[in-house]
Amino acid sequence: MPEMAGLDEGTPLFVQVADRLGGQIADGGLAEGARVPSTNELAAFYRINPATAAKGINVLADGGLLEKRRGIGMFVATGARKRLLARRRAEFAQRYVEPLLTEAARLGIDADELFALIREAGNEREGASL
Amino acid sequence: MTPAISVTGLTRKYPDDTALHDINIAISGGTITGLLGRNGAGKTTLLRILAGQEFPSSGSVRVLGAPPAENEDVLRRVMLVREDQAYPDIKVGQALRAASWFRPNWDSALASSLLGDFGLRAGKAVKKLSRGQRSALGITIGLAARAEVTLFDEPYAGLDAVARQVFYDRLLADFTEFPRTVLLSTHLIDEAAALFEAVIVLDRGRVVLDAPADVLRGAATRVTGPSLAVDALAGGRPVWERRQLGSQASVVIVGPLSPDDRERARSSGLDLTPLSLQQVVVQAAAGVLAPVHQTGFETERASA
Repeated sequence: MPEMAGLDEGTPLFVQVADRLGGQIADGGLAEGARVPSTNELAAFYRINPATAAKGINVLADGGLLEKRRGIGMFVATGARKRLLARRRAEFAQRYVEPLLTEAARLGIDADELFALIREAGNEREGASL
Repeated sequence: MTPAISVTGLTRKYPDDTALHDINIAISGGTITGLLGRNGAGKTTLLRILAGQEFPSSGSVRVLGAPPAENEDVLRRVMLVREDQAYPDIKVGQALRAASWFRPNWDSALASSLLGDFGLRAGKAVKKLSRGQRSALGITIGLAARAEVTLFDEPYAGLDAVARQVFYDRLLADFTEFPRTVLLSTHLIDEAAALFEAVIVLDRGRVVLDAPADVLRGAATRVTGPSLAVDALAGGRPVWERRQLGSQASVVIVGPLSPDDRERARSSGLDLTPLSLQQVVVQAAAGVLAPVHQTGFETERASA
């Protein structure tokens, strides 16, 4: 498979493009008010069909996270970062905690042991406190 | 909008064979479509008919609004790049010049830059080119012609992986700048998948799958794990390809999985792997049709 700058073939590419852009907005790589890469820039970067890239941008525009400025391009909307972070927090339990609990149960790790492991891993990280 | 290519009820019969059987397709202008299928599925016949080089036995074919057969006005705007194009005894540069005479949108700067990318010299005799270099010449002509309808029929025989990547990158770049209708027949589905907006899959002369590419990515999921759990999740749904190894089973479930399904899969230790576009196409090309239709993938062949 050709290298698509990290995209994979198992999920619709436009969804992945939207997720990537959303991720950049959430972690501040694309600041509010900043210009978003154009369809053609995204197509060249990921080596994908420009219509696919456009669809990815439209997902975010339809959700009000991007706004179009006529003749110039798409820009990150005000409040986009806050909304994306709120969404990610809401998904955190399902995406990270649930699988953790499933695997822990499979290995017979009980709740106390699990908390201890999380604390330990947290302590090993500089500046982390749990 | 009128589609750039519109085919209705197209059948192509030979004395002892039916190459195409009641084909119905519509391809929008300004798209790149993958034409996929096994050897002998009818891809080349379809492309030759679209390029006016072969004639339908019955049915209607319209390219850029009119039947292409013996229609000079349409054929000037249609380019077919064949797998093994034959050339007269001339030099590479002359082959390009000759092509440019018939192509109103010809871009000689693009042609020169493609020659450079492929490492082809204009002064070299075409008959001294390797198979891969001849393919590179065909691709160069196909792209530089900027024909409104560009048909590539397995254009890269003998091309190495690096040269194929050059082809994909240059096609995408030039298509982005000068949108046109591209139909690319290929066996290297994984390599070319990201270029396609839509795919058409032929099997034994029939259309078995005709869908937007992104609809097919992840539209089927391989489920592997304890066979009881696999069968519980798969129960009542269309499945492809069940395999068994001891107490483990593996099936492909067709159609989207809900968050509930995923949670059930996780809690019963099932491994979920979404199928790639290529894997879905392989299933379709192998003649697994009914489940495809049940899931609402667009297909031209409602009943076999």
